[in-house]
Amino acid sequence: MIWDLHCHLTGVPGRTPTERMGQLIEIADRLGIERLCFYMGMGFLKEPTPEELVEQNDQVLEALAHYHDRAFGFCYVSGDHVEVSLAEIERCVARGPMVGIKLWVAHRCNDPVIDPIILRAAELKAVIYQHTWLKTDGTMFAGESTPMDVVELAKRHPRTPLILGHTGGQWELGIRAVRPYANVSIDIAGSDPTAGLVEMAVRELGAERVIYGSDSGGRSFASQIAKVAGAEISEREKRLIYKENLKRMLTPICKAKGIAI
Amino acid sequence: MIDVNVYLHRWPFRRLPADEPEKLVAKLRAAGVTQAWCGSFETLLHRDVAGVNSRLASDCRKFGSGLLEPFGTVNPVLPDWPDDLRRCLETHGMRGVRLHPNYHGYKLDDPRCSELLAAAAEQKLLVQITAMMEDERTQHPLVQVPHVDASPLVAQLQQHGDLRVVLLNGFRNAKVDVVDKLAATRRCWFDIASKEGVAGVESLVKQVGYDRVLFGSHAPLFLHESAQLKLKESPLAGMQLAAIARGNAEELWK
Repeated sequence: MIWDLHCHLTGVPGRTPTERMGQLIEIADRLGIERLCFYMGMGFLKEPTPEELVEQNDQVLEALAHYHDRAFGFCYVSGDHVEVSLAEIERCVARGPMVGIKLWVAHRCNDPVIDPIILRAAELKAVIYQHTWLKTDGTMFAGESTPMDVVELAKRHPRTPLILGHTGGQWELGIRAVRPYANVSIDIAGSDPTAGLVEMAVRELGAERVIYGSDSGGRSFASQIAKVAGAEISEREKRLIYKENLKRMLTPICKAKGIAI
Repeated sequence: MIDVNVYLHRWPFRRLPADEPEKLVAKLRAAGVTQAWCGSFETLLHRDVAGVNSRLASDCRKFGSGLLEPFGTVNPVLPDWPDDLRRCLETHGMRGVRLHPNYHGYKLDDPRCSELLAAAAEQKLLVQITAMMEDERTQHPLVQVPHVDASPLVAQLQQHGDLRVVLLNGFRNAKVDVVDKLAATRRCWFDIASKEGVAGVESLVKQVGYDRVLFGSHAPLFLHESAQLKLKESPLAGMQLAAIARGNAEELWK
C-alpha cells in the first residue's frame, strides 16, 4: 500500500472541500493509495493574508472531517505572518487534528524569521514540509525557496527532520544539495515522471530519506507512482519510499495525539 | 498495446536507466507493447539528420525487429531537406516522421514547415510533432528550448487535406481552445505521456473523444509505467481502453 505525502484540494471538480476529497479518495483507491496528506485549501494562494491562511486551513479541516481514517492534514503557515502562523499551529496541530506544517512560496526559508515556526512545529513533533523549486527558466517566485535555502534551514535546526519539497525541482541539484544533511528527506512529488530520479536519490541519500508524494490533483497519481514503480531499486526500498518513511515520520505526533496508524 | 512515443539513443543531458536498446525493448515487451513508434534523441541537436535517421532505422531492425518502427526526422531549416524526407520513405521504408520544431528552430506557421507538411501529406506519411521533451523549468541552463506553439497547426491541417498529425507531449502548455480546434479537424491525435492531473486520461477523453487519444509513454526519458498506470487511474470503458491502447494507432498505421 501507498501513503501519499503531497495532495491538494485542487484539480478535481467539487463545490466543497468534502466533495473534492471524496473525488480524490475515489481516484486514489484505483491505485492502491491508502493514506493522503493534504495542504492548503480550495485554491492556490501564493502570498496568503492572515485571514486567508485561516480560511485555507479551515477548508482542509472540513475536508478531513469525514476522512480521518484516510487523510492527514498539514497546517499552511507563512514566514510573512509568523504570529498568525504560530496561532494556526496551536489551533490546527496542538489542539486540532493536523499532523504537519506546510511552507510554500511566500517567504524563503533561509530567513531566520521563520525559526519560531520551525521550533514550535518541532516541539509538537509535526512533520515539516518546505516547498522548493529551482527553475532554469527564470520563473521563480520572489519568496520561493531553493534546496540551498533548505540547507541553511537544516544547518540552523540540525536535529529537526525537514522535507525538501519536489526534491528541488531540478532533482540532480536538489539531491546533491541536501546530501550531507541527514535531517533532510526529499519529496519526489510534482515533477515529470523522469526516469532515474529515484535511483539517484536512493544511491546518494539512501532509501530512508526518499518519500513518495504526488502533488495531486494537479498531478496524476499515476505519473508520480511510476517514479517508484519503475525505478530500478529493491522491493524493500520501494516499500520505504511508498509508505514506511512517511509513516515513521508521522508516528511520534500520531502517537502523541492518539491517532492510530 | 501500441506505444506511439518512444525514443532510441542517448538523451543528451543524462544517462537513462533504459537507454540501451536491448533493455528498452525488453521493458516494452514486458509491458505488453507489440509496436513502438520510435524516434531518436540524436535528432534534437545533430544536424546530420540523414545519419541519425539511418542509424535509427538500422537500430530498430537490429534490436526490435517487428516491435520498433522508426520515425525519422526532417528539419526544414536544413539545406536539401526534401532528400531527407525521400530517404525516410524510399530508403528506410518509414511510415512516418517525427518533427521537433522547437529544437530545430522554426514555428509551425513557417512556410518551410508548410512545405514539409504538404510533402508528407502527399506521400501519405504520418507526421508526429513533439511539443516538448521536458519541463521548461528543468532544462539545462545552456539549452533552454521553448515548447512548440501548436496553434498554427489548426490552419495547417485545414490547408493540407490529407495531412494526419500526432501531437506528442502536447499538454504541458496546451491551450484548451487549441486542443479543441485540433481535435475538431478529425486529423489530429494526442498521446497521453504528458497528460497530467488526477484521472487525466478520462478528462482528455471527455475533451477530445476517445478516438483521438493514443497510448504514448515518452520512454525511456519518462518511465513507461506512468502511461500504463494512467490507464488504470481513469475509469475507461472496455471499448475506450482498447481504442486508446491499440485500436486508434492501428487505424492510423493502415
